[in-house]
Amino acid sequence: MSRHPLFLPLILVGGLVFGFGLGFSHMARPEVVIDFLLFDDFGLLFVMFGGSIVAGIAFWTLPKLRESAPLTGRPYGRRLKSFDRNVLIGGSIFGVGWGLSGICPGAAYASLGIGNWPILYAIGGMFIGAYAQGVWRSREADDAAAATPVDD
Amino acid sequence: MIDAAAADLLGAGTMEAAFPNGISRYAIGGLLVGLGTVLIYLGTGITAGASTFLESTLSYVSGQSRFKQYRPSRDWRVVFTLGIVGGAAIYALIYQGDPWSLAGSGWTTEVSPWRLFVGGILVGIGTRVGKGCTSGHGICGVGSVSRTSLVGVATFLVVAIVTANLVSALGVGL
Repeated sequence: MSRHPLFLPLILVGGLVFGFGLGFSHMARPEVVIDFLLFDDFGLLFVMFGGSIVAGIAFWTLPKLRESAPLTGRPYGRRLKSFDRNVLIGGSIFGVGWGLSGICPGAAYASLGIGNWPILYAIGGMFIGAYAQGVWRSREADDAAAATPVDD
Repeated sequence: MIDAAAADLLGAGTMEAAFPNGISRYAIGGLLVGLGTVLIYLGTGITAGASTFLESTLSYVSGQSRFKQYRPSRDWRVVFTLGIVGGAAIYALIYQGDPWSLAGSGWTTEVSPWRLFVGGILVGIGTRVGKGCTSGHGICGVGSVSRTSLVGVATFLVVAIVTANLVSALGVGL
């Protein structure tokens, strides 16, 4: 698969701005997230809403201006995922983890960049959790595939 | 400037109670997070979230069938994550003191390792089962006015608030 030569550089620049923003917003600091969840400082609302409004404007206007993205030819669209029980189950498990640790994936990577090395406990945990659900869901999918009668 | 305007609007007392650290750092940081997302979207049409990196990177070392779907995107997701790490490092070098003094620049969290580790495991499971995290659902999904993401965000926000308050009420230290 050949890619536009600017594809990876653009991803890097986007990531740099994203990470700088997470550092600047202090969301990379677990204490700040926990203060927010304990209603001691509502500032974090501005991070999520500020970010989603900026993204929303782009998701809304670009599809009207152009068919597809210049570097990939991918059609401009919104991020729409199907709803099912998993959104509630996963969201709840994520919520317990976020409330306990005060850290989410993007903020954890940013936190590492700031030099907050204890965040490696959280990142290590995230990989273990992602791996565990992957093993479990792979087995479930494989079983379902094996159980499906072959139609021939 | 933002903070002074907000204090005028809300009154100094409310401002101090609700936003003890002001709002400008949060608002500017949030706009930059959005801008990073938009830059990638502009060029590629991709609405990037941070947590898929966990599974896509696992596909390098694990043959589990669940991770195979992420192989085509795993390299750029590593680059995206390195960008996030690097962008935050640039922030720290600019805003947190002498860049050459390792001891004086930056900070480390007071939250205890077990809370980070156990919380991290649950975050890792939950974000993948729940189809997104604070950036995928919270920034891209809410920005898309996706009903799934709005429900996802409401779910993890409420559960996280309950969890943090419960843990605090039980007298568990950071």
